[in-house]
Amino acid sequence: MAESRLPHPDLPPPANTMGLLAWMRRNLFSSPLNIALTGLAAYLLWISVPPLLNWTLFNATWSGDTREACQGASGACWVFIRVHFEQFLYGFYPEAQRWRVNTAVLLLILGVAPLFMRTIPNPVKVKLGSSLLVVYPLIAFALLKGGLFGLSNVETSRWGGLLLTLVIAGVGMAAALPLGVLLALGRRSKMPAIQTLCVTFIEFWRGVPLITVLFMSSVMLPLFLPEGMNFDKLLRALIGVTLFQAAYMAEVVRGGLQAIPKGQLEAAAALGLGYWKTMALIVLPQALKLVIPGIVNTFIALFKDTSLVLIIGLFDLMNMVHNATTNPDWLGFSTEGYVFAAAVYWLFCFSMSRYSQNLEKRLHTGHKR
Amino acid sequence: MTELSSPPVKPPFWNNPQIRAIIFQAVALTVTVAFGLYLFENTQDNLHRLGIASGFDFLSSPAGFDIIQTLIPYSATSSYGQVFWVALLNTLLVSALGILFATLLGFIIGIARLSKNWLIAKLALAYIETFRNVPLLLQIFFWYFAVLRAAPAPRQSLNLGDAVFLNIRGLYLPAPQFQPGFGWVLVMLGVAVVLIIALTRWVRRRQMATGQPFPTLSTALALLIGLPLMAFWLADSPLHWQVPELRGFNFQGGLVVIPEMASLLLALTIYTAAFIAEIVRAGIQAVSHGQTEASFSLGLNPGMTLRLIILPQALRVIIPPMTNQYLNLTKNSSLAAAIGYPDLVSSFAGTTLNQTGQAIECIAITMAVYLTLSLLISLIMNGYNRRVALVER
Repeated sequence: MAESRLPHPDLPPPANTMGLLAWMRRNLFSSPLNIALTGLAAYLLWISVPPLLNWTLFNATWSGDTREACQGASGACWVFIRVHFEQFLYGFYPEAQRWRVNTAVLLLILGVAPLFMRTIPNPVKVKLGSSLLVVYPLIAFALLKGGLFGLSNVETSRWGGLLLTLVIAGVGMAAALPLGVLLALGRRSKMPAIQTLCVTFIEFWRGVPLITVLFMSSVMLPLFLPEGMNFDKLLRALIGVTLFQAAYMAEVVRGGLQAIPKGQLEAAAALGLGYWKTMALIVLPQALKLVIPGIVNTFIALFKDTSLVLIIGLFDLMNMVHNATTNPDWLGFSTEGYVFAAAVYWLFCFSMSRYSQNLEKRLHTGHKR
Repeated sequence: MTELSSPPVKPPFWNNPQIRAIIFQAVALTVTVAFGLYLFENTQDNLHRLGIASGFDFLSSPAGFDIIQTLIPYSATSSYGQVFWVALLNTLLVSALGILFATLLGFIIGIARLSKNWLIAKLALAYIETFRNVPLLLQIFFWYFAVLRAAPAPRQSLNLGDAVFLNIRGLYLPAPQFQPGFGWVLVMLGVAVVLIIALTRWVRRRQMATGQPFPTLSTALALLIGLPLMAFWLADSPLHWQVPELRGFNFQGGLVVIPEMASLLLALTIYTAAFIAEIVRAGIQAVSHGQTEASFSLGLNPGMTLRLIILPQALRVIIPPMTNQYLNLTKNSSLAAAIGYPDLVSSFAGTTLNQTGQAIECIAITMAVYLTLSLLISLIMNGYNRRVALVER
């Protein structure tokens, strides 16, 4: 009796809902329109991917030191990149002194690595991070610029390549975020004069293209300063980039500030916290967490915008590559050069965006739909 | 008990938030004004020392240089003022075309990103991730130096159907030539627009009163295409195409898109479209699926659901970030200076500034133009946004 009541074992799912074929039927060939679209996509891939692979990999020249090595090859000439690689990394930094750049980068990696380890408690990370923010720029500047401790002086005009790109991006990020937070707080302030000043500042910088800002910093700044006082070209570019991105950052942070319910402010006031304590302990930690994607987007934009310093004659990665393609010994390899530069920029920007997505997921403590 | 009756200690005045706010603002204003005055003084001194006369008189003196693309009559003897207008029009042209193409491409990619077809969705994703993460200036350089500067000489031009030619001098397109009767086509186009506006009003009134729908879209399309086409046919096809021809060393006739313009437009379109695609995707995803289900349960067909339910709600989410992208594109068009497309920054803040030395005036005018453009675009888009925004109780 009991045996007959046993449920029948589950039938296997129908064959047409499982496996590769079913997946393909569902995702690629579900309707006539879909079949047509799949065909179109396959055709696009067919005409674009094989030539691309052939050019970048199979028919490319990898070895050799002169352009003669690439003669007759139909693919890319990566020799061009190999020969100029050091230049792309360091610019015109004197060859004997390049260990200083490497040391600075190594120190940065060593200093930042603990911040990414999950086993280290957060308060330690905060202390480490803030001390790094103060100490590291000094060390890096001393290392790169020299003139101290017996290191020979390397003018900023000789900095170049990826080094310069990273310096501009790093300084820009480190300076634009705090400035942006202050501007956002100012814009939300109840004091009319402060608010007007901040709104004017933000709207002005957001309304003009970065290139005119850089033009202004290179052409007009000397007119604004007293006679004889002159800024370094790099510093001028840094100021321009930072002020520009700070305005964008301010708008991102403002979005976060607006999303914090008033109850939080009232609760802070009820606890007897003053304005700065309320902001630093209650509002900003919540607001900044909300706008991580926006902040990282601004960082990515800043990283891409560093390429504009080419226009005022700084030799960042972009300009070094452009310069190498106009080298009379290596004419005709601009595609290789730009593809390489694009790959470097892409790698940095893409990893930043992936990291922010990861961070957003990890910090998400609220309700998730 | 006696302690309680003693008068309370008055807190010092700097603990009064109102007074503190006043002091704080006064300090901030003083510092700003003092800083401004300091810069002004320095500038006065420097200008005096360098012997630069400030003012806008230079705008009427002859420029003495040629511009490779002019939409209005211009020659080397024209004034700097005319340089400004030529340059401004070039900026506006490339921005307007860029906005148009980027929106079209962006919508297509954004919708493809949401496609149920796996291959199409992944292709769209690859497009977005590739072009969003590479600096625009690099893309402009790539198209200009690596592609268009490497295009073949005129005799070996790439030929597309014997009508479109691409060579190192630019892109040659057939130019429309309007014959006398073409005015009628335009007149009929105007008539069609007026009729469509009247029709929409009538349809809305009728639907309000009786609830009966009317196929507005198809009727409007029929009017818009049919009427001008009829005029075109009646006036005996008053439009001829002038196809560019190879004569000697170069093409003659036709419409020429200079390589600077082509590469700038290409890069701006491709770059901005990647951002617009993400905005469109986010906007459509922001409309919850319940809306679609509710609409189906009310008996609306998929087309009507898209047009009447999903799009109006998605547009609400899409418009503010889209405004930002349009602004960015307009500002990014200034990168033209790097490849020598004669836009505002290149011709006016570049060549004119270098020739006259009027740095402050040139930069100030350029910045003012971009500020005005930014404000104009945001005004227009904010106005549109107000129309589609959610009206709450």
